[in-house]
Amino acid sequence: MTNPADLTLAELRDALKDKKLSALEATDAYLARIEKAGKLNAFITVTADRARDAARACDARLAKGEGGPLEGVPLGVKDLFCTEGVLTTAASHILDGFKPPYESMVSGNLWRDGAVMLGKLNMDEFAMGSSNETSFYGPVINPWRRAGDEAALTPGGSSGGSSAATAARLCAATIGTDTGGSIRQPAALTGTVGVKPTYGRCSRWGIVAFASSLDQAGPIARTSRDAAVMLRSMAGHDPKDSTSVDRPVPDYEAALGRSVKGLRIGVPKEYRVDGMPAEIETLWADGVQWMKDAGCEIVDISLPMTKYALPVYYIVAPAEASSNLARYDGVKYGHRAKEFDDILSMYENTRAEGFGDEVKRRILIGTYVLSAGYYDAYYLRAQKVRKKIFDEFAGAFEKVDLILTPSAPSAAFALGEKTADPVQMYLNDVFTVTGNLAGLPGASVPAGLDAQGLPLGLQLLAKPFDEEILFKGMYALEQAAGFTARPDEWWG
Amino acid sequence: MNEPRKLLKGETGDWEVVVGLEVHAQVTSVAKLFSGAGATYGAGPNENVSLVDAAMPGMLPVINKYCVEQAIRTGLGLNARINLWSRFDRKNYFYPDLPQGYQISQYKDPIVGEGSIEVETEDGETITVGVERLHLEQDAGKSIHDLAPRESYVDLNRSGVALMEIVSKPDMRSADEGAAYFSKLRTIVRYLGTCDGNMEEGSMRADVNVSVRRPGEELGTRTETKNVNSIRALRQVIDYEARRQIEVIESGGTIDQETRLFDVKTGETRTMRSKEDAHDYRYFPDPDLLPLEIDPAWVEEIRASLPELPDAKKHRFMKDYGLSAYDAAVLAADKEKAAFFEAVAKGRDGKLASNWVTTELFGALNKAEKDIADSPVSAKQLGELIDLIADQTISGRIAKDVFAIMFDTGEDPGKIVEEKGLKQVTDAGAIEKVVDDIIAANPKQVEQVKEKPKTMGWFVGQVMKATGGKANPQAVNEILKKKLGV
Repeated sequence: MTNPADLTLAELRDALKDKKLSALEATDAYLARIEKAGKLNAFITVTADRARDAARACDARLAKGEGGPLEGVPLGVKDLFCTEGVLTTAASHILDGFKPPYESMVSGNLWRDGAVMLGKLNMDEFAMGSSNETSFYGPVINPWRRAGDEAALTPGGSSGGSSAATAARLCAATIGTDTGGSIRQPAALTGTVGVKPTYGRCSRWGIVAFASSLDQAGPIARTSRDAAVMLRSMAGHDPKDSTSVDRPVPDYEAALGRSVKGLRIGVPKEYRVDGMPAEIETLWADGVQWMKDAGCEIVDISLPMTKYALPVYYIVAPAEASSNLARYDGVKYGHRAKEFDDILSMYENTRAEGFGDEVKRRILIGTYVLSAGYYDAYYLRAQKVRKKIFDEFAGAFEKVDLILTPSAPSAAFALGEKTADPVQMYLNDVFTVTGNLAGLPGASVPAGLDAQGLPLGLQLLAKPFDEEILFKGMYALEQAAGFTARPDEWWG
Repeated sequence: MNEPRKLLKGETGDWEVVVGLEVHAQVTSVAKLFSGAGATYGAGPNENVSLVDAAMPGMLPVINKYCVEQAIRTGLGLNARINLWSRFDRKNYFYPDLPQGYQISQYKDPIVGEGSIEVETEDGETITVGVERLHLEQDAGKSIHDLAPRESYVDLNRSGVALMEIVSKPDMRSADEGAAYFSKLRTIVRYLGTCDGNMEEGSMRADVNVSVRRPGEELGTRTETKNVNSIRALRQVIDYEARRQIEVIESGGTIDQETRLFDVKTGETRTMRSKEDAHDYRYFPDPDLLPLEIDPAWVEEIRASLPELPDAKKHRFMKDYGLSAYDAAVLAADKEKAAFFEAVAKGRDGKLASNWVTTELFGALNKAEKDIADSPVSAKQLGELIDLIADQTISGRIAKDVFAIMFDTGEDPGKIVEEKGLKQVTDAGAIEKVVDDIIAANPKQVEQVKEKPKTMGWFVGQVMKATGGKANPQAVNEILKKKLGV
């Protein structure tokens, strides 16, 4: 019999329903793989006992012919989601020992539907980073390596634990969050499918906030079908999140395989950066051809505001973060400095010890752009440009149904390669931040390998709440690309 | 510019005091502004705290619609513009009783815009005070520093409770006017049921802005004295600041724009922080909340449900019951008292009812330190007492005695009059007999009264004494006049 971990989520779901294997077997198979994959550092916390207990309960339900759409499916959760009674760190020292007495809405939706939690996944600290190197728990290592090279590569970030664990088949699928590309870029760098739904699709309640107007939860999975199954469970209106949208959640899986004939695919000429490898350019052209071959109409479009997206993002996101992270003050939970003289030095020492460099950098940037005398020049102007980006997309979507771009400007890079220059690191998000600023649904689909054998992804963006069309397009791209490559299991 | 109303004399000439108030009024509601936790006063430490109030990671605020309704209701009561589009902002600063590290408030786009109210001062003047704006915001928790020498404690019960900040225009010119405005505001919110106005429990407090200027000149630099929580203190702050500022300027100094604190013990204000040390609150729109868009139909629904407000009531009392402006204002100032008065006055002589309610009843309640709600005499009973006077069953003098018994025992006036035999004697025969006896027994006085008719009062007194006060005074007078021939 094949290893349950080799089944896609959809296959595993069906096999469990058909009682071809038990939830406990599936869970054990994944736990065994997790145990051997310590070198990847994908997990911060493994909840093996809890997972086995949950799996047994799933088997009892499955035996009675009951169970939800994800009954018995073992999943991993980015450590940004609060999980009841389970250490939740945001990969930060400042949340030391924090065990929330509540469950995030999105993870709770998964458990409601029968999924089993394997553990909490590593990430960039407070989701701030594009390489997973800002984690207090150390970087995650990409399961993929360059051909003939043992150098440790990044799995992308900030959902690097989620992407690595999915690529290494340590979970049937994982959930992550995407504030500027934190699902799509790691998915692109690990040969996995990552979906950032429309802002408001998934509740943010119980997700440690980074930038409230941009944060959105989504799945990282092996196939677009797996991602569709995941998103249907994750999504839904939540009255506890004022920005969550009250709309029915469609059956995304049912959208897969519907004809894309006649879909208008926009190709924006601005999605290029200096030094972008020719292979990415070629792959993009391949993607355009694939969609054309599938019967789509290709429309050249221009999104001239694109070049302002990254600067706008690096004003808006830090501004919100500087305020969102004010609550980590050592008073209520998490880390508190041992040495201090008064309330001010308690704050200063706690936050100096508790936050890493990148988080501090963004708090400083955010505090600066909101300060009296700078607010108008930075924050207010950034908001105005953000509106223009939104309007520009709205205009483009009058002419097209989907927009096709590369997911990231490079394949996975080596650890330490970009840590010296934050701006180089920030450029990783250049193709993805636009979707967050405009609140659009977007996805990265693995589309090929570069000359060094590393996966590359293509991104699709859709109109707000057009996830069904997005999944249709993803599936078409997936079928055409026929991406089946897997990393060698060098880690054990 | 208006003519100066009130002037203060300084060493070097006249000064005008300019006062503006920022009043924080706690919204009357079951739950907090952005969480479902209880907002009621008096719970044990940290009992009314939700995950949102404690700023646990990932928690999000959700607006309490009832608090919005209360703010709209208050805005309407202040004759103010309701902004159909408003927004919440974050005011960022660190303090242990502010768990989020920011207060959710409304900075640029408040829910209520400009309005104005009529204010009656103690010397009988009526002034108009402009309202600049009203906005909703969260209260902070409470830090307690005196429970242990090396520790501070935090109680988050108040954290997240809804406050309305009502900002006046700088339209007041004296401590009297400031106090009168604050009282009027209190009356209005209590009428509306949007704030209980309980200052001891901190439900209403004011930041007091004071500046001085030469009559006719531009506004001077103002100081802001924080958290003034009684009307007495409010007066003291305005008087103290006005005099201090005049002294500073007259001795060649300048006023610093600063935040000050009031010391209840000394009655003085002192510097809390200067402009240079002012916080940079880094206000920005709260991305966790959508802008507040209000349906105009809802505003009209709320408007239609408003109770009669104090000013309208005052004017109606003057018109319907013939009361003086002063009496009408006193009665209208308190919703319960006004309702009591109306219950007494309905179908009776309004002035008589007003006298009995304001003088006798309020006097007795004050003496007994009781609220109108705890009055031992009900409106129905007081009305019955007035009826007994009107139909001449008892005299006004006896009525006062009956009232005293009612106040002590809570019994009905009719019963008291019956049991104590206090019915007025109107039987002319019976009175005549008493008069005849007195005339017969006092020949000297009879001689005297013929020369000095004013001394007839002595006979009236004797008759009343002999009848235990029950004789109808009018009848006594008539019979005496007839018999004595005066």
